[in-house]
Amino acid sequence: MSAAVAELDAVSARVAAKLGGFLATLRDNHFAVGLREGQNAARIMAAGYAARPPRLRAAFKHLFCTRKGDWEKFDGLFDAYWLGERVRSRSLVTNAAQPQNSPSLKSLQDSPKGAGEQMATDQLARPEDAPSNRSGEGRAEGASQAECLDEIDFRKLIDPAQIEEAHAAAVRLARAMRTRLTRRDLARRRGRALHLRRTIHANVSHGGAPIALVRRKRKLKPLRLVILLDASGSMSLYTGVFVRFIHGCLDEFREADAFLFHTRLAHVSDAMREKNAARALDRLSVMAQGAGGGTRIGESLATFNRWHARRVIHSRTCVMIVSDGYETGDAALLAREMAQLSRRCRRIVWLNPMMGWEGYAPEARGIRAALPYIDLYAPAHTLKSLEALESYLARL
Amino acid sequence: MSLSQEEIAERLGQAGYIADRELATALALMELLKRPLLLEGEAGVGKTEVARALAAVHETRLIRLQCYEGLDQSAALYEWNYQRQLLAIQSSLGKGASDIEDQIFSEKYLLERPLLAAIRQEKAPVLLIDEVDRADEEFEAFLLELLSDFQVSIPELGTITAMSIPYVVLTSNATRELSDALRRRCLYHYVDYPDVERETRIIMARVPGAGASLSLQIARMVEAVRKEDLRKVPGIAETLDWAAALVGLDVRDLHDAPETVHETLMCLIKTREDKARMPREVTERLLRNVA
Repeated sequence: MSAAVAELDAVSARVAAKLGGFLATLRDNHFAVGLREGQNAARIMAAGYAARPPRLRAAFKHLFCTRKGDWEKFDGLFDAYWLGERVRSRSLVTNAAQPQNSPSLKSLQDSPKGAGEQMATDQLARPEDAPSNRSGEGRAEGASQAECLDEIDFRKLIDPAQIEEAHAAAVRLARAMRTRLTRRDLARRRGRALHLRRTIHANVSHGGAPIALVRRKRKLKPLRLVILLDASGSMSLYTGVFVRFIHGCLDEFREADAFLFHTRLAHVSDAMREKNAARALDRLSVMAQGAGGGTRIGESLATFNRWHARRVIHSRTCVMIVSDGYETGDAALLAREMAQLSRRCRRIVWLNPMMGWEGYAPEARGIRAALPYIDLYAPAHTLKSLEALESYLARL
Repeated sequence: MSLSQEEIAERLGQAGYIADRELATALALMELLKRPLLLEGEAGVGKTEVARALAAVHETRLIRLQCYEGLDQSAALYEWNYQRQLLAIQSSLGKGASDIEDQIFSEKYLLERPLLAAIRQEKAPVLLIDEVDRADEEFEAFLLELLSDFQVSIPELGTITAMSIPYVVLTSNATRELSDALRRRCLYHYVDYPDVERETRIIMARVPGAGASLSLQIARMVEAVRKEDLRKVPGIAETLDWAAALVGLDVRDLHDAPETVHETLMCLIKTREDKARMPREVTERLLRNVA
């Protein structure tokens, strides 16, 4: 081996190592990068694109991006890695290392302490006597193992073990709902009009006499569930259970999407699809910085309508908003956005945990503005109230 | 024959498509890596036009498959011509079964649909799979298989292998989330609304009679309209309609004819709500900001 060739090999080995590092960076930032992309990248570099950074960046951008989100952050990542713009690289490359910013969400996994604190909204609660244990009659598979928990307000769960059990029950309930809804849909398919070409095809064996008729089938789309969860301070006692409930709905289920809002809206489906619930919550807390503060429902809905609605809502979509309706923003805006949303989707379900409280009347500004556009306004403070939803959703 | 990025950019220009640099890179990569290109973007940003321009660049045929809900293999790939088969069977009664079979399952009775047509061209065509998000998930899975092997097996005829690998362009309006598998198989390009400079050049290239200053004014005005909170944001096609309308009405400068500008805005505004959000005052305000 001559010296020149050895030198060339050394250079290419260094380039390959650098490229490998870049692929790892991309993976850390949730790009779907596999072996094939790596080989193709090497080919692109060999084909002369490596000579000029802007060209290489454009080429890599097309290769590695698979969606709009990738497309938007790619240039920053590329510059940070290859051109060594150190300052930006810190903020962009390491966005997975700042979990403390969102205390309320972070504390959801192990947060029995928060339950004891005085909340402003607590005054409305009645001085409840001990939770009654009268349950256990013919219940759906969802909550059968958590019978005594069924009717306890989520707020009243103090014992960590109990909380964990309630979370698990919420997940089971969500899964049971999912499979049952899907099954009901399949049974309802039925043909309507004749499919002429197919009829002729099917009857070639009869010499063309149309004996067996083929009908056009109407294919029902499965019901899609879009959940918008309020993660503001006033909801903090309920957020944990609902996060687990949503996790159960999204898990392995294509037709569901989840958003989290407080003062702004975050699309959390990807984070929630993580199989491990605790890890999902970790990712969530990074995405939902600022949770636990006030609520701007109107603005969040406007963001949803403008940027997400077209993609996630189709004709058989039920939008489920989980919120107490305490709007700190503009109530008129909320009404306007609710009107727009109601035109797009099939049903709007508003779940309000406070509705289960005695003496509660929908008087918060937000909920009053939204009420005319809501198809179902239901309580959601116990597992039982969540369970009641299933039959409603199945009818849609 | 492989075209360099510069050549592609030049030929795109000749074909009347004003591309940004990144798109030329994407088209060059398609050829280098033999991968399909997935274009995403709002409606009306010229995604379909990219495929047309690509066909012009390579001087080849454009084969288009428009996707819709319920699209299946017989509408996308191939189908036997059953009516003619039946006629043939009836007219040749009495012959041996295998003779008839040979006859009716021959090329003559095969109806080629876009996907089959695309892999049976001598010269690699451009295959445009338009609005792939409208097709069902099942079809998407089938498409994946075709895009990786470029061969089709027809039970009665045998396997048909592609004579040339077509340039595949997929477009999506993001009405449904595409599967990760399909995304990973493709190069990705997000088509955004053009900036003022590019839109000006597009207007000048496409609307005969639109001068440089008027085109620039139109592009700036459209950019301002896009920033308003509208339900249907005007795309490039709308811009071109509007430019053609203004040229047809003999407007040389937008400031000379604010009335006409407001009245012709219907080329850009397509819903009643949006119309209500763009009253005369708003038009005038936007117009004032257009230098």
